[in-house]
Amino acid sequence: MNIFVFVKRVPDTESRIKINRETKAVDEQGLNFVLSPYDEYAVEEALRLREAKGGKVTVFSLGPDEAQIILRKCLAMGVDEAVLIKDAATEAYDGLRAARIIAAVLKTKYQEFDLLLFGKQSVGADNAQVPSMVAEFLGLPQANVVTKLEIEADKGIALREVEGGEEKLSFSLPAVVSAQKGLNEPRYETLKGIMAAKKKEIPVVAADSLGLSAADLQSGIEVTGIDMPSARKAGRILPGSPQEAAREVVSLLRNEAKVI
Amino acid sequence: MILVYIETRQGKIKKSSLEALSEAKRRAAELATEVAAVLTGTVPAELGPEVSVYGAGRVYVLKNPALDAYSAESHGRALADLVAGIKPQAVFLSATARGKDLAPRLAARLGVSLASDVTRVGVQDKKLEFTRPIFAGKALLSFTLKTSPGIVTLRPNVFPLEQPGTVAGEVVTQDAAVGEAEIKGRVVELLAEKGGEIDVTEAEVVVSGGRGMKAPENFALLKELAAAIPRSAVGASRSAVDSGWIGHAHQVGQTGKTVSPNLYMAFGISGAIQHLAGMSSSKVIVAVNKDPEAPIFKLVDYGIVGDLFEVIPVLKDELKKLQDR
Repeated sequence: MNIFVFVKRVPDTESRIKINRETKAVDEQGLNFVLSPYDEYAVEEALRLREAKGGKVTVFSLGPDEAQIILRKCLAMGVDEAVLIKDAATEAYDGLRAARIIAAVLKTKYQEFDLLLFGKQSVGADNAQVPSMVAEFLGLPQANVVTKLEIEADKGIALREVEGGEEKLSFSLPAVVSAQKGLNEPRYETLKGIMAAKKKEIPVVAADSLGLSAADLQSGIEVTGIDMPSARKAGRILPGSPQEAAREVVSLLRNEAKVI
Repeated sequence: MILVYIETRQGKIKKSSLEALSEAKRRAAELATEVAAVLTGTVPAELGPEVSVYGAGRVYVLKNPALDAYSAESHGRALADLVAGIKPQAVFLSATARGKDLAPRLAARLGVSLASDVTRVGVQDKKLEFTRPIFAGKALLSFTLKTSPGIVTLRPNVFPLEQPGTVAGEVVTQDAAVGEAEIKGRVVELLAEKGGEIDVTEAEVVVSGGRGMKAPENFALLKELAAAIPRSAVGASRSAVDSGWIGHAHQVGQTGKTVSPNLYMAFGISGAIQHLAGMSSSKVIVAVNKDPEAPIFKLVDYGIVGDLFEVIPVLKDELKKLQDR
């Protein structure tokens, strides 16, 4: 199987996010960037499929030069090749733009694949747009938010999380699959893998060398403001024994907050 | 016109689709335009009028056997064709599992950008402006879309439901031009969780447990507590999920789900930043924790410092009394 995985460099989930109201952007100073957590499940799934069925895993990241760090992490986990789709733009919050670039890479430079794996969303932008958009641009079936994946010859069966249960999807390959937590337990990099990953050459494809128009490379989103969520008013700690406090809280929820 | 996609599951309308329709009605009034709704596949005949009383002057029902089982390809194609025909200025969907799967497919087909999981819709200079949480709610981004029509998914449980009116609109049934042959993937089965549980994103009350629950069997206490509260669901912190005490579908926080129920009750959850991001937009928050310094107490409405195992049985009894009244 020829498997492509798409990963993104994002601030880690421990980060305290600071904003700059003037630039209408997140202040990236001091943030620690990592491989987006859901992408780790996608990389792991690709490695497991390769181990079971043979083939090759190539990982791509659309982003700045610094995205090479997460590509090397993927190499250290065991992927065969890594490609940087170099993009000078800052976070555009526009899945359409990213999907157009990725689809252009796949149409012009990397046409041979059986499976495209993504995380279900990047942590941060939280858009969950790119996998489905790439699928539409390439005319492929999609299985998003997947917690179980089985591939048999040119068919796939996936379980995907929906409200209060799961949907079972059946699809033909090639296909787009996006990973949800629970799909697998990602492995750690090995020391040997880390050493080998350091030496590995990472080819670079420039996002603006793919024949896309200037309009296609623009964000379709006009940011008008960035804000912090309004701070909650400090509430009260209810006095008394746990039993008294419990009775009091039910009474307050009923009569004061009126939510039960 | 604002077009609203109405999602059905097993012949029933999803409440969150009606929330999206209600918001469309409010914004359309500001924009001095009308609202239409769209249903797909074979649906009970009464659904059209049922939807229209929420404010849709016209309800389209797109028929084709290829739309009966859900497939993003067929639904995206059918909706894109309708949009090309009736040219709405915006299309609203609820940001449910289905909406999140379908909206980007539709947007890509139309070649337009998508506003995902928005929590506020406003009108600025006759244009829709959106606000959505980023970093699971650690910051809020406001923006407009440069492309048209604007495809928008609205977060469930955030937008208030309008009172249904009494005048039903027009129901227009159309055949959708979707061929079986072009569908390469589809849903073949729905596997519901035992007992028809409500998802944490849709529940009006979420009772959540963290490391302080101490053992997987203690989540039974939370399930019993949830059973005493209508429209409630059991949530969990990442550490409870990673310990294998409860399935990841219940996880609230930055690598789980973001929820905004009327009431969020946190038991034995200290309040790691990733967790707070996922629940701090809840309307009312209650926390029970032994540690008076736990960060979660900084954002609660009501806090109880004490042993959750002493608190839960009393809460359950008191809540049951309310139900029995």
